[in-house]
Amino acid sequence: MFDELSDLYQQVILDHSKSPRNFRPLEQPSRTAQGHNPLCGDNITLYVRLEGDVIADITFQGSGCAISRASASLLTESLKGRRLAEVKPLFDRIHEMVTTGQVGDGDLGKLAVFAGVHKFPARVKCAILPWHAALAAVEGKGAPVSTETVNP
Amino acid sequence: MPSFDQIRSDFPILDQQVNGRPLIYFDNAATSQKPLAVIEALDAYYRRDNANVHRGIHELSNRATQAYEGARARAARFLNARAPEEIVWTRGTTEAINLVANTWGVANLKPGDRILLTEMEHHSNLVPWQMLAQHTGAKLSFLPVTGDEGLLDVGQLDELLTPAVKLFAFTHVSNTLGTVNPVAELCQRARAVGAVTLVDAAQSAGHLTVDVQALGCDFLVFSGHKICGPTGIGVLYGRRELLEAMPPWQGGGDMISSVDYYESRWNTVPHKFEAGTPDIAGAIGLHAAMDYLDRLGRDRIFAHDRELARLAYEELSRLKGIRLFGPKTGRGGLVSFLLEDVHAHDIVTVADQFGVALRGGHHCNQPLMKKLGVVSTARASFYFYNTAAEVTRFIEVMREIQKFFGV
Ligand SMILES: Cc1ncc(COP(=O)(O)O)c(C=O)c1O
Repeated sequence: MFDELSDLYQQVILDHSKSPRNFRPLEQPSRTAQGHNPLCGDNITLYVRLEGDVIADITFQGSGCAISRASASLLTESLKGRRLAEVKPLFDRIHEMVTTGQVGDGDLGKLAVFAGVHKFPARVKCAILPWHAALAAVEGKGAPVSTETVNP
Repeated sequence: MPSFDQIRSDFPILDQQVNGRPLIYFDNAATSQKPLAVIEALDAYYRRDNANVHRGIHELSNRATQAYEGARARAARFLNARAPEEIVWTRGTTEAINLVANTWGVANLKPGDRILLTEMEHHSNLVPWQMLAQHTGAKLSFLPVTGDEGLLDVGQLDELLTPAVKLFAFTHVSNTLGTVNPVAELCQRARAVGAVTLVDAAQSAGHLTVDVQALGCDFLVFSGHKICGPTGIGVLYGRRELLEAMPPWQGGGDMISSVDYYESRWNTVPHKFEAGTPDIAGAIGLHAAMDYLDRLGRDRIFAHDRELARLAYEELSRLKGIRLFGPKTGRGGLVSFLLEDVHAHDIVTVADQFGVALRGGHHCNQPLMKKLGVVSTARASFYFYNTAAEVTRFIEVMREIQKFFGV
């Protein structure tokens, strides 16, 4: 019916926003990080359990729109089992994709469903918010990250 | 419902497609659209009369000064102020409130005094008072709102409106709930304990007749851009005795009567509060807007806006999983709502694809959102150029949205 709408709200996104995966706190997280969007009041908290430099478990909680919930849900699926050092390069690719629509080289898997977001400039922040929180968790930053103090 | 069928063509912006659908502009509480009369007044000023005001002796400066001061006299009539000197031009509602906080507030408040607000204030009628309280040692209190229905709990005034209250500042119409507050009654109650009143008329001035003498308020503020005028211009009405006793705020040209190296003397009101070159074109554009609104009749406008809001409220209440905010009856021209399991921003994004401009978010009412236990709402806000057919279409779009998200 509306191509751009179904580009933005792909079936995978609708599914993950309705039934988010890993949507629970962790008992004894090695790291936590908060992401906050002051413009809409959305808030997410990421919980990470590390084994050495490997992300052994990662979960989230919070409230947000369909895009930010699905993004957080898919992020947890994607980062589980990865090394900390892999997060920043992945962040950069996601950032590039949601701002330009370019997916770049190599398979992004399910994360590629967020390519349609770039046509909705007001919603880029919703998709990238959980990734900023993940970056903060990797860097061990305690302070909440805000969509208004990072780019974009 | 009073018919405004003839006036659609006064608003060229409304005649366009957005995302392939006819634009339905329901974000009027954020800013209104501008009629040709206003666009042409700005154009004519810049084409023929542009010059700086008050200082020149030449013809163009005379014209600009006359137009600028003529607009002030018009604003005084618009509010039924006693004299043009009671009208101070500002950038808008926000700057007008900051002006009062930084002049009247700093001169009159001391530790132990209270500033009474309500729980439904826009950030611009909250944050300046928080800053003033920090600066002076005065304390804030809040008249509560009664949950989702969004009425002021006036019964609590007996307890809250003590002689320690030096200022009672509140909104006329809530930008989130649509509540129309009993301004005259609140002002009278405040006067009885000697408190000064400030009315935030941002959501009322362009929608209903606002008469500062009948309301009995000390200060009243509004923004030009929400009442068909340009951005960058707004009004502070102040009772003359108060304005005269207040210290100036910003220093510079125009606000002085004489200047020496070490000290200066202030100009008379209202110029004492207008440092520097003002928004001359803005005042002239606002003049055209006030003329336009009063030609239509603000009572008719109010009846129309309320009827659209009533219709929207009634139709929305039939939707599955709807949560509506604000009073069931007697609301102003807007409706705030949530659909179960659909975030306000998702509603707004999808509605936009259908050409319907809504707002989603906290509406600069974060503490109220917290109190209601939500992070945001979606809001449809109406003006006289909107139609019942647009409301019907908007409801259809809401059903489409529910279908889209499978709720
Ligand atoms: C009730 C209320 N007060 C104050 C304001 C602030 O107006 P402005 O941003 O024009 O200064 C608004 C505008 O959103 C409002 O709705």
